[in-house]
Amino acid sequence: MSIRFKTLAELKRLLENKEISSYELVNETFKNISSSKTNSFITLDEEAALNKAKDFDEGKVDGDLAGIPIAQKDLFCTKNLRTTCGSKILENFIPPYDATVVDNLSAAGSICVGKTNMDEFAMGSSNETSYYGTVRNPWDLERVPGGSSGGSAAAVSEGLVCAATGTDTGGSIRQPAALCGITGIKPTYGRASRWGMIAFASSLDQAGAFARNAEDCALLLNHICSHDSKDSTSISDEQENYLDKINNDLKGKKIGIIKEFDISSLNKEVQDSFEKSKKIFEALGANFVEVSMPNIKLSVPTYYVVAPAECSSNLSRFDGVKYGYRAKDVDNLEELYVKSRSEGFGDEVKRRILIGTYVLSAGFYDAYYKKAQQSRRMIKNDFVNAFSEVDVIMSPSSPSSAFKIGSKTEDPIEMYLEDLFTISSNLAGVPAMSIPHGFSDGLPIGLQLIGNYLEESKILNFAHQYQKNSDWHFKTPDLGESS
Amino acid sequence: MSWETVIGLEVHAQLSTNTKLFSSASTKFGSEPNTQVDLVDLGLPGVLPVVNKDAFKKAIRFGLAIEADINQESTFDRKNYFYPDLPKGYQITQMTKPIVEGGSIDIDVDGDKKTINITRAHLEEDAGKSIHDAYPDKSVIDLNRAGTPLLEIVSEPEISSAKEAVSYMKALHQLVTFLDVCDGDMSQGSLRCDANVSIRKVGDDELGTRTEIKNINSFRFIEKAINFEIKRQIKVLESGEKVTQETRLYDSGKDETRPMRSKEFANDYRYFPDPDLLPVVISDDEMEEIRSTFPELPADKSRRYISEFKIDESEAEIISSSRELSNFFEVAVESKNDPKLAANLIVGEISSLLNKDNIKIDESKLSSDNFNILLQRISDGTISKKIAKTILAEIWETGRNADEIINDQGLVQIQDENLLEEVITKVIESNTKQVEDYKNGKDKLFGFFVGQVMKETQGKANPKAVNDLLKKALNS
Repeated sequence: MSIRFKTLAELKRLLENKEISSYELVNETFKNISSSKTNSFITLDEEAALNKAKDFDEGKVDGDLAGIPIAQKDLFCTKNLRTTCGSKILENFIPPYDATVVDNLSAAGSICVGKTNMDEFAMGSSNETSYYGTVRNPWDLERVPGGSSGGSAAAVSEGLVCAATGTDTGGSIRQPAALCGITGIKPTYGRASRWGMIAFASSLDQAGAFARNAEDCALLLNHICSHDSKDSTSISDEQENYLDKINNDLKGKKIGIIKEFDISSLNKEVQDSFEKSKKIFEALGANFVEVSMPNIKLSVPTYYVVAPAECSSNLSRFDGVKYGYRAKDVDNLEELYVKSRSEGFGDEVKRRILIGTYVLSAGFYDAYYKKAQQSRRMIKNDFVNAFSEVDVIMSPSSPSSAFKIGSKTEDPIEMYLEDLFTISSNLAGVPAMSIPHGFSDGLPIGLQLIGNYLEESKILNFAHQYQKNSDWHFKTPDLGESS
Repeated sequence: MSWETVIGLEVHAQLSTNTKLFSSASTKFGSEPNTQVDLVDLGLPGVLPVVNKDAFKKAIRFGLAIEADINQESTFDRKNYFYPDLPKGYQITQMTKPIVEGGSIDIDVDGDKKTINITRAHLEEDAGKSIHDAYPDKSVIDLNRAGTPLLEIVSEPEISSAKEAVSYMKALHQLVTFLDVCDGDMSQGSLRCDANVSIRKVGDDELGTRTEIKNINSFRFIEKAINFEIKRQIKVLESGEKVTQETRLYDSGKDETRPMRSKEFANDYRYFPDPDLLPVVISDDEMEEIRSTFPELPADKSRRYISEFKIDESEAEIISSSRELSNFFEVAVESKNDPKLAANLIVGEISSLLNKDNIKIDESKLSSDNFNILLQRISDGTISKKIAKTILAEIWETGRNADEIINDQGLVQIQDENLLEEVITKVIESNTKQVEDYKNGKDKLFGFFVGQVMKETQGKANPKAVNDLLKKALNS
């Protein structure tokens, strides 16, 4: 039986009905991975995964996700399993502990088959900054999968795993989900623990999930999210069962369209898909309202001050002293630092460290970092105001479909604009997701649903109702020989 | 030309919490290198800090004691710089909104009282330790100290001499130890200070260029380092040169300060709010709890001792100035001992023994229980105060139980009148000349007879009984 492209819920049923064993499932997964051409994984954990599958088959494991193979983005620390964060500087780093998200998913019985490829330290929108090679989009191997969680998105899109974790700092779940034609969700900032997530920009980083549909995402979120006393920014409010409201009626619900997002400047297919999706929601009884968010145009510049500032400090610990890459043949301490970091980090990471160091420097702090904090508050307020009128906000997930590998690497600014629609929800800290809703140039594109604080259930409800009335999420790439 | 000195002190007090400021590793001093280090202290990828509220309670207690403003909402910032013993590449500190702002400390220099204002006191984590001399070809790092909570107490530049600086430091030392905020052990670095020193012509409004002397860890060195630095700066200025703003290190071996690094090339620390930590909010209830458990400070203790126990003012001051001594005294008094007697022995015999050995009472072999026994034996007449001193000396050496010493060495005081009368008769009979002189009006000789009786009884005779019985015998 082919397990490829099966949803999490389907695989659960197959396991429950003993139509397939977890061992077969995991074994098949590794077979598929070995014939894959997308370069989605950096490190595999075959032996441990097969042992866990046996444990499940022997009835030793239960839980909501028991026996299901999943993939972890290589940014989550996994005990005794190499965690590189896509960087050379952590090529030999084996964490002595599990991230809380990893812990939670193991506790639910899932089986981690390996660590997925990603942009180095999650800095990138195409997965081209990974030290471990570019990930290829399963829909077209010459194109990028998006980033930074490109490996996770490609692995799910290609049907290697039914679910994978991701992290989203400026769109790193939603944009690759869109470009790979799958569903991805980033919960409210603080809803999932950051303990064990290698930090990029601490005030923006948030863990989330990739799956084939919104229902699977809801199930995953039930386990990915948790209050964690080890993370001071973790939210302690009671956590909902994200499946509970998924079938709610959308009649009379209000969807906001952001006035300042100029959809008409996007290509025709993106515009058409957007209009068609509106019709689907209208048919379900929802109403559209235009909301003005005057400060949202500040999102990209604000982000490119805040995120580099935090990353320049977060990445200081990679100094060649305690762990990770250490340059050889150095004569003194200064040289140890300079060489280890120069040789260990890639260009994009260095670029952001430089920007971040600059905007925090004495004399520039007020002009950049402080200003960015102010505009961030203004953007937050725009969301607060908008959500006083509407239930969810809708926009495209990315300006276009997947672009050719190498086509934007020479122009960082154009690359940064990939996250035009996604960045603002990270700055505000609100939950957001991307669902497949059409094609452009024969490649999938995504629809973004943004929710109010802690209203993951609501966007999942909208997404699930949409998917019950559309078939974009059933589309799969033609894998040619590799399938 | 006459110069005046302007000094501001930055004192680092290591807070006596059980665990570190942002991790659950122990803060105990002197363990094997790198054994008191958890994932957070190592700065591993993916770890996050969680604040230790106990450190806040101690910082607030200090703030209340100096009558400062407490920021019930305070924030943490990152101070970024590279150093091998700084695992994260930044130190978490309170730059923009410290827990304590304002307040003051009273000092006393040879009887002159002065108030030094405090700018702020903020929480921060300590770094680890780089060790450069353990191996010939490499430096090594001990991270046991990394993450230990420090309260950095910053004074206004209102200190005008090395002597004042020492008084200020002593006042701070007394305060933090009494408040149980810091153990005050300067030799272990629990309390250390950086001194910002500058000089200017008397009458000048503007401050001179300052130098910062780092990490001075004894009262004596504070005085010496500052005095050296003042003289050095005067010499520099009087020779027409300029003082360089720089960080200097005091070398106690050579009794000199020398430059560590120049401030002109100093790091830009790129402070910014730590995104891993939300503002720390201390509720009104928590403030109330801290207030209600606020310890009694020396001045209040002294007043209470005088009014409640009727002990001498000078004794009350000496006892209340030390946290250990006042605890020791209070335990003795709580055990229903005579406060005056206890105070007397503490300020007299015990203090001189402590000074001799340069230790604190809780480091001595004299336990509170044993002291209780000793006091009871004096009160019930078993031994005299004089014998008590002999016993104290023995306890000091061996720590043996006072009753055991009394029994073993037969030190029980003689009260038996018949026995004493026998000795007195013997003394009178063998000193007929002196008896005659006494009877002829040489009253001073009374002491001689007391001495003889004491000699015969090896000092064990009850002095009062001897007095009474001798008078009776001599006047008969």
